[in-house]
Amino acid sequence: MSITVYVPRDAGALSLGAEAVAEAIGAEATKRGADVHIVRNGSRGLYWLEPMVEIETPAGRIAYGPVQREDVIALFDADFLHAGKHALGLGPTEDIAYLKSQQRLTFARTGIVDPRSLDDYRAHDGFRGLEAALRMSGADIVKVVTDAGLRGRGGAAFPAGIKWKTCLDANADQKYIVCNADEGDSGTYADRMIMEGDPFVLIEGMTIAGVAVGATHGYIYLRVEYPQAQLALEAAIAAAEAENYLGDDVRGSGKAFHLEVRMAAGAYICGEETSLLESLEGKRGQVRFKPPLPAIEGLFGKPTVINNVVTLASVPIVLDKGAAFYRDFGMGKSRGTLPIQLAGNLKRPGLVERAFGVTLRELIEDYGGGTASGRPVRAIQVGGPLGAYIPTSQLDTPIDYEAFIAIGGMLGHGGIVVFDDSVDMAVQARYAMEFCAIESCGKCTPCRIGSVRGAEVIDRMIAGDAAERSRNEVLLRDLCQTMLGGSLCALGGMAPFPVLSALDHFHEDFSGAAEKATI
Amino acid sequence: MKRAININLLPDIPEDVRAAVLDVTTRLKDVPGALLPVLHGVQQALGYVPEISVPLIARELNLSRADVHGVISFYHFFRNKAPGRRVIYVCRAESCQAMGAVTLEKHIKQRLGVDFHETTADGAYSLEPVYCLGMCACSPAIMVDDELKGRLTPERFDAWLAAEKA
Repeated sequence: MSITVYVPRDAGALSLGAEAVAEAIGAEATKRGADVHIVRNGSRGLYWLEPMVEIETPAGRIAYGPVQREDVIALFDADFLHAGKHALGLGPTEDIAYLKSQQRLTFARTGIVDPRSLDDYRAHDGFRGLEAALRMSGADIVKVVTDAGLRGRGGAAFPAGIKWKTCLDANADQKYIVCNADEGDSGTYADRMIMEGDPFVLIEGMTIAGVAVGATHGYIYLRVEYPQAQLALEAAIAAAEAENYLGDDVRGSGKAFHLEVRMAAGAYICGEETSLLESLEGKRGQVRFKPPLPAIEGLFGKPTVINNVVTLASVPIVLDKGAAFYRDFGMGKSRGTLPIQLAGNLKRPGLVERAFGVTLRELIEDYGGGTASGRPVRAIQVGGPLGAYIPTSQLDTPIDYEAFIAIGGMLGHGGIVVFDDSVDMAVQARYAMEFCAIESCGKCTPCRIGSVRGAEVIDRMIAGDAAERSRNEVLLRDLCQTMLGGSLCALGGMAPFPVLSALDHFHEDFSGAAEKATI
Repeated sequence: MKRAININLLPDIPEDVRAAVLDVTTRLKDVPGALLPVLHGVQQALGYVPEISVPLIARELNLSRADVHGVISFYHFFRNKAPGRRVIYVCRAESCQAMGAVTLEKHIKQRLGVDFHETTADGAYSLEPVYCLGMCACSPAIMVDDELKGRLTPERFDAWLAAEKA
């Protein structure tokens, strides 16, 4: 009987040599006459162990990693196909502590199933949410999503059910579902992992949304930096169409839902929902005024539900297991689980899906294992390039939307980037302004001009003496207030977060170059 | 009749550019919001969107030249000059910064002898910045065309470059 070997095709694993490993295993198996079936799964999210190879055994999957092409012959010699002992052996995958302590709801299948196989998806509870939804009225589906307390996982944390309700109640001949897969925040990769590792769950979530609000067409707006995700999604859409999960008559329900992938073109601002819609319409990605809300007047002027990948991928389990099941995870107004992405200078970077309430300290120390460099942690940026820099004194903050607002930050898409003590926070603050200047859509003045002026003022602070620095700090803080209050969208409106937090918590880094030299 | 006049007004355009544009527009011009898919198609076929193709794209999609130019210049991904044979995208975002991306970026620029948005003299490599490849758990990262390289060090970059040239 053939032995199943899993070698991830996740872009992260590929970036570390997974393709060469898969080829070497195939070649060596042929040479030795071993009957091996290689499945290209997604990643489990244990990135410091990638490429992580798994073997299916009667006692469950056994993991080895990180595996390089050069290790393959030794692995065969150690009989890894029958869970033989080897220095790279990690034991049963499910017993790895990092994975075992997680609560994987949205990521229940990622890294486990073959992302190209509809049968595998169904064998792991796939399409149960859609089957339930097809037996319900639109209003009832929306009620389940609302009752589950699911909030937008893209960053704004707006209740998904309310968005859906607004679209459901809008009267129109055509409505759209748009998936925001323009995951541009540094430190985030959960969308990418889902799309590459379990694309059917996104298709199912979008179809449920379509059935709920009466939309017959969906678009996945995917960043051009994710070619692997494009391949996975297009293959999955074709497979779903072939079995009538997508099309004019979804599973004989009489309801139509069509889905297509549209490629973005490298503009960070197109992660903002209204500029994304402009881009989908074939225009410059400039932010729209709100109102009208996209749920009432969205894509091509029609009512549109626009949600992030993780939000839509969380919908199937909510419909399958019920609102109460999902709502029972979490704390306060943050219900369910959040796929948290650990990144930057960490020993064990990777994906941790846990109920809201887990603290930054647990994530960075217990999961992350401290810095990769071995130096002390100094600053943590949560929520992407527009998120605040958090000092170690705030490590006990729980992962909760309101708790982060209370410390002047935001949870965003759940990306956590750790810096060690070699970081210069004045440089990071300047970068935040520079990034905003590069990526501003140019529509509103506080963002377009404020960001350029912000970088200049920080340059003067760094170069100047104490008097010059304090004069410019007044200017910088004033400028940040203008951007916070006067920008049209979150880019200009939140770019001051990293700047102000760097000033507040790491003020010593702004001392002038002349003074630094004398210290 | 108007259409005929427009054709007469089109500047001379190399046959390969015309063929590539018409191939793409014939397939895609009727999809809603066609301009981005069309520009992707043209760039895929030619490696860039030549300035000279703008009037033809505009005519085929019934847009103004300003509309087309405005969209090309808005998006970082579209380019109006032919790139090198391979394009190297270096991530400049925070997670990679925390893992030595600034040093790596300096090294790559120095090794290739070019700055961002430039192409090496032999036409082999173009260098572009990118703001996140989603490789934040494998930082620092670069992408060569669509081939990713994670946890990259200056030494591994040099080894890759040497293997490329061999």
